[in-house]
Amino acid sequence: MAERRNDNKKEPWRDPSAQAYVQIENVTKRFGDFVAVNNVSLKIYQHEIFCLLGGSGCGKTTLLRMLAGFEPPSSGRILIDGKDMADTPPYERPTNMMFQSYALFPHMSVAKNVSFGLEQEKLPKAQIASRVEEILDIVKMREFAGRKPHQLSGGQRQRVALARALAKRPKLLLLDEPLGALDKKLREQTQFELINIQERLGVTFVVVTHDQEEAMTLASRIGVMNRGEIVQVGTPSEIYEFPGTRFVADFIGSVNMFEGQLIEDLPDRVRIRSAELGGVVYVDHGISAAPGAVVWAAIRPEKINISRTAPADAAENCVSGVVKEIAYMGDLSIYLVKIASGKMVRVTLPNTERLSDHERILWDENVFLSWHSSSPVVLSQ
Amino acid sequence: MKRRHWFSKTGLWLGLSFLYLPIVSMIVFSFNNSRLVTVWDAPNSPTLKWYGELFRNEQILGAAWLSIRIAAMTATGAVVLGTLAGLVLARFGPFRGRALLSGMTTAPLVMPEVITGLSLLLLFVALEQLTGWPEARDAATITIAHITFSMAYVTIVVQSRLAGFDNSLEEAALDLGARPAKVFFRITLPLIVPAIMSGWLLAFTLSWDDVVVSQFVAGPGSTTLPMVIFSKVRLGVSPDVNALATIMVLIVATGVVTSAIWMRRQERRRDREMQMAAAANK
Repeated sequence: MAERRNDNKKEPWRDPSAQAYVQIENVTKRFGDFVAVNNVSLKIYQHEIFCLLGGSGCGKTTLLRMLAGFEPPSSGRILIDGKDMADTPPYERPTNMMFQSYALFPHMSVAKNVSFGLEQEKLPKAQIASRVEEILDIVKMREFAGRKPHQLSGGQRQRVALARALAKRPKLLLLDEPLGALDKKLREQTQFELINIQERLGVTFVVVTHDQEEAMTLASRIGVMNRGEIVQVGTPSEIYEFPGTRFVADFIGSVNMFEGQLIEDLPDRVRIRSAELGGVVYVDHGISAAPGAVVWAAIRPEKINISRTAPADAAENCVSGVVKEIAYMGDLSIYLVKIASGKMVRVTLPNTERLSDHERILWDENVFLSWHSSSPVVLSQ
Repeated sequence: MKRRHWFSKTGLWLGLSFLYLPIVSMIVFSFNNSRLVTVWDAPNSPTLKWYGELFRNEQILGAAWLSIRIAAMTATGAVVLGTLAGLVLARFGPFRGRALLSGMTTAPLVMPEVITGLSLLLLFVALEQLTGWPEARDAATITIAHITFSMAYVTIVVQSRLAGFDNSLEEAALDLGARPAKVFFRITLPLIVPAIMSGWLLAFTLSWDDVVVSQFVAGPGSTTLPMVIFSKVRLGVSPDVNALATIMVLIVATGVVTSAIWMRRQERRRDREMQMAAAANK
């Protein structure tokens, strides 16, 4: 998804003169002694799908609720479209929210649920009716207009909740775990529909999710949150390929982390000696850290090669071990390889060919793991 | 297995007779011709004599009508106050004095009726001396007294109904542009209507059969039905009271059975619709 949006015009965050649609400035939220959101500053631009990603209790939902106006910030400012929202109640904000529980009004039909927001604007009846039809068409729920929420399946309720939130044509749509209650298949399908709808209507989305796959698929940018703070903001591929901290590297996807010491630190290459690895990691790009500093080399499982024979240049970026576990996932296989130090290294291999059992690497085989010198990411915190 | 079957069957019948034998005997004796309640006058029974007498008894009919009016006013007043208290307790989050309010609204549930009645009587007397109101104790004082203790039940019913509902329903309405007052009338109120209805019925029943509190705060011209029954029985059980009680049991039983059937039907329909929705999803 990220690749598709890669032209500069669609990446306003790279343009210093671009005007942010939502500005969150040093916002902190305390509940008693507990700091739910800690000094967060963010800029979100028009037509973005911005994902707040983090584990439970990291403050992402609180941040979203502050945007919607349900919680006032303890300190800091929130500006939407350049206007300070401090004294604007939820019913006067240019935002609409889709709730995690969907919060459909149980005593109203689908059509009534969707028209509720429009009725508050005192639009003429005929206009409300046509807007409701139009939005129900978009989410493909028109034939269910007369039903009550309890007569709908989970996926249908999700669509109605989306339609209701979109009916007022908000500039900013806030989505709290929009796909959390759906099963995996339906979730994947709905992710792409959400993106289509967002592009068609030109709405700015702020999505809260704990599911990193969901964030990767949906987001133009991801803000990773931990303990009330934003730890990193970037496009999905930036976050995945260039995590800034060990927390981010570990939270997004899976990663093999080797602790070590910098033994050579040049602008264009570094070498790290790692006792955990039992060897040297050679990285073909420079980093900024003091020589001798303790750093971590993070290598993604899919960037490691596995072979029965030692590769040509086995002095660096190579380690041998024994296959302990194999998980066959269909499209790929996950290998857990125990190296000399006792550490388990995770390797994933795509199953591009249909191999018989004697061609495939099996349990208890001695194997060599190697990787390209561009693959490791060196992290100092 | 067979032994246990026998045991539970006996238990069931013993339990049922413990609960309903008194009522059944009362119904049977309401058709008795004899004036002596304990003697069954076989040659002339069953008879509807006491029912006829009942409907000619101005005192009982008047008291019944007064009781119905008091119960209806009590229920309405208790619903208004109880709903407000329940709403505040369930929705307004923590505020100063919340624990006090919660404790004070539920206190009448555990307060002995004699004490409630006595303290209300003292209050009315003191008020009369200070302000000249109430001039006499009548239906109004009984209604006020009944509201004070039946409001607690409404509060609890409404509060628990609201606790079962997601806060986010009201937040969603706010988010869609409805002002707080509108949110209350369009979203909150329709959701708690069942609780308000059962609270109303509960308060009605509590007021309808209260003797103790009424005894304290009633004046000479305001004798409620339970008070009439109570005073009649003190002079010896009269058979027309049996007839009256039978009619009341009949009314209550009809109401309970109808509402049970109606609720069961609603539930079944809902289950069926939910199953159909789930099946359509596959």
